[in-house]
Amino acid sequence: MQETDDILKEVTNNEYKYGFVTSIDTDIIHHGLDEETVRIISAKKEEPEWLLDFRLKAFAYWQTLEMPHWAHLDIPQINYQDIIYYAAPKKSTPQNPDEVDPELMKTFDKLGIPLRERAQLTGMAVDAVMDSVSVKTTFKDTLASKGIIFCSISEAVKHHPDLVQEYLGSVVGYRDNFFAALNSAVFSDGSFVYIPKGVRCPMELSTYFRINARMTGQFERTLIIADDDAYVSYLEGCTAPMRDENQLHAAIVEIVVRDHAEVKYSTVQNWYPGDKDGKGGIYNFVTKRGLCKGEGSKISWTQVETGSAITWKYPSCILAGDNSIGEFYSVAVTNNWQQADTGTKMIHLGKNTRSTIVSKGISAGHSQNSYRGLVKISPRAEGARNHSQCDSLLLSPTCGAHTFPYADIQNETAVVEHEATTSKINEDQLFYCQQRGISVEEAVGLIVNGYAREVMNKLPMEFAVEAQKLLSISLANTVG
Amino acid sequence: MLEIKNLHASVGNKEILKGVNLSINEGEVHAIMGPNGSGKSTLSSVLVGDPKFQVTEGSVTFCGRNLLELSPEERSREGIFLSFQYPIEIPGVSMVNFMRAAVNEHRKYKGLSSLTATDFLKLMREKRTIVQMDNKLAGRSVNEGFSGGEKKKNEIFQMAMLEPKLAILDETDSGLDIDALRIVAEGVNKLKTPQNSTIVITHYQRLLDYIKPDFVHVLYQGRIVMSAGPELALELEEKGYDWIKQQLGE
Repeated sequence: MQETDDILKEVTNNEYKYGFVTSIDTDIIHHGLDEETVRIISAKKEEPEWLLDFRLKAFAYWQTLEMPHWAHLDIPQINYQDIIYYAAPKKSTPQNPDEVDPELMKTFDKLGIPLRERAQLTGMAVDAVMDSVSVKTTFKDTLASKGIIFCSISEAVKHHPDLVQEYLGSVVGYRDNFFAALNSAVFSDGSFVYIPKGVRCPMELSTYFRINARMTGQFERTLIIADDDAYVSYLEGCTAPMRDENQLHAAIVEIVVRDHAEVKYSTVQNWYPGDKDGKGGIYNFVTKRGLCKGEGSKISWTQVETGSAITWKYPSCILAGDNSIGEFYSVAVTNNWQQADTGTKMIHLGKNTRSTIVSKGISAGHSQNSYRGLVKISPRAEGARNHSQCDSLLLSPTCGAHTFPYADIQNETAVVEHEATTSKINEDQLFYCQQRGISVEEAVGLIVNGYAREVMNKLPMEFAVEAQKLLSISLANTVG
Repeated sequence: MLEIKNLHASVGNKEILKGVNLSINEGEVHAIMGPNGSGKSTLSSVLVGDPKFQVTEGSVTFCGRNLLELSPEERSREGIFLSFQYPIEIPGVSMVNFMRAAVNEHRKYKGLSSLTATDFLKLMREKRTIVQMDNKLAGRSVNEGFSGGEKKKNEIFQMAMLEPKLAILDETDSGLDIDALRIVAEGVNKLKTPQNSTIVITHYQRLLDYIKPDFVHVLYQGRIVMSAGPELALELEEKGYDWIKQQLGE
């Protein structure tokens, strides 16, 4: 066992390759949060009255709340007055007001995010968000020809106010929870997607979130609407610089899916996780929820979570339409001193609704990794079905893996199944690989990717390769 | 090729190998026989660097290098292959990915570039016929759900892919029916060249009917107590291991 410990240690000292900082002129407001801050943000974005009202109500409500402590997380005190709530990198230079500042282009190039439309090879449209603003959205015109709206949420507020007003807060209300209230008060940017009736989005849509400025929180808001018979596959990626202090990221993602429409939402979360002693890193407190509003509609969440110092995140589905389907596929990796409390809620309201949960936790170092899930079958959800599979893989003797499955079944025709396993990475497997000439580091990558394969297979191709590498890198030098 | 001198090895505080001497030249096949608990599997484990065993004394050189200084993966890349007595299952890792990682590591060590996917699959197809392994098996996870016979065929298939200088077959015959035994043994024979060498560890003469040894050694209580030609295996089969004890005056 001692040898395995050493090997695991070797494999888990990870390298974070997105930890650089871009030096760019940024419009930053004073730190601290009061009603004035909310008004400044709204004014900077030239928002209509109704949106300011929404923010102010949310802020007033947030002030009555306390931070939740029910998760299996040890969250240090956060001083919300120390945070800067708005930081907008200047998108263009005075010389070239119509072009995105080359420094920003360079930053996203360095992150491997194509912001030039000629880089069409990836078949992917991108909305790039740095700190509090969307820097650029690609292929907007190509998509518009099919009636698809893909833009930053700030633009959507300006150009499609009716859609935004109808749906904003309709799935995650500002009274939902502490972080949802906070986000609703101060959200700055994020993406907006509308896929009209009968349209299959011809390319992957993606948003790339980047935190750059110091002491800044990122509060993004994403709203995706798929009208009847529409389909879209949406990807989300994120990174941040390496810093000694913790930074807060509290996002909301809302999805509404109408009759027979489908939204596939994939995340590769790679926020800076902190160093090997647990210093620094992002607090990732996110509320993601989709509403299967229509008959036969479908939402599929796939997430690969490798970053963040602390993750608090439960992408969920409200299965309101009859025959609607919710899926949640998750790989959560924690290493060193990272903590994750993640899972999903499947709320079955409609008849013959089905949900699938596959959660794979991988823990190393001194990390804590929890799965928390709720399967709720309401009284009128005749014939609902759920299958949950929660597996934990332990790579060190000092890490923790926990499973908190809740089931609330109020209709006796429901079929709900839950399976759970916990395993350790096996010295014999490592040695077998080594005997074939494979280094320990690569062997851990192979074994972990094999363990997570069921989830990784759900990712779009371009993403899957990246995610596989990420899994191996996050666990580089882990095996103990 | 391989020179073992006064090798002592323990697991925990228990000494299992108590001074093994063995010398193997290019192209030779050596059989190591002996009763249960004599140290046969320990010897093979120590040669491939299994961390469960500690070498306490002695030396092993392989092709002029001090083998005991090398990591298990370096020993593999230098050309030592172990066919495991109990092959390990690795769920979710396909044979294709596993073997591609292994073959490319070996190529990198030799300064060669990685094989393209097409070339690699071609190589796999070619090698798997050696042990009559079907295509489906190659697509499955490493040893997962394989029968005993399939696992052993899979070991020899991997040996064919990696073309070792020295192959150690640790009780490759255990758990095999007659047909599977023949296929596995024929596979080993097909891979035999005048340059590579083999150590066959077995309890029984049966396997040696197929894989003809040049030398037979008897390992007993952590030492090689008798070495001779192939006739020794036949004599052992006839007289049993008690005969060894008598010879040793016990």
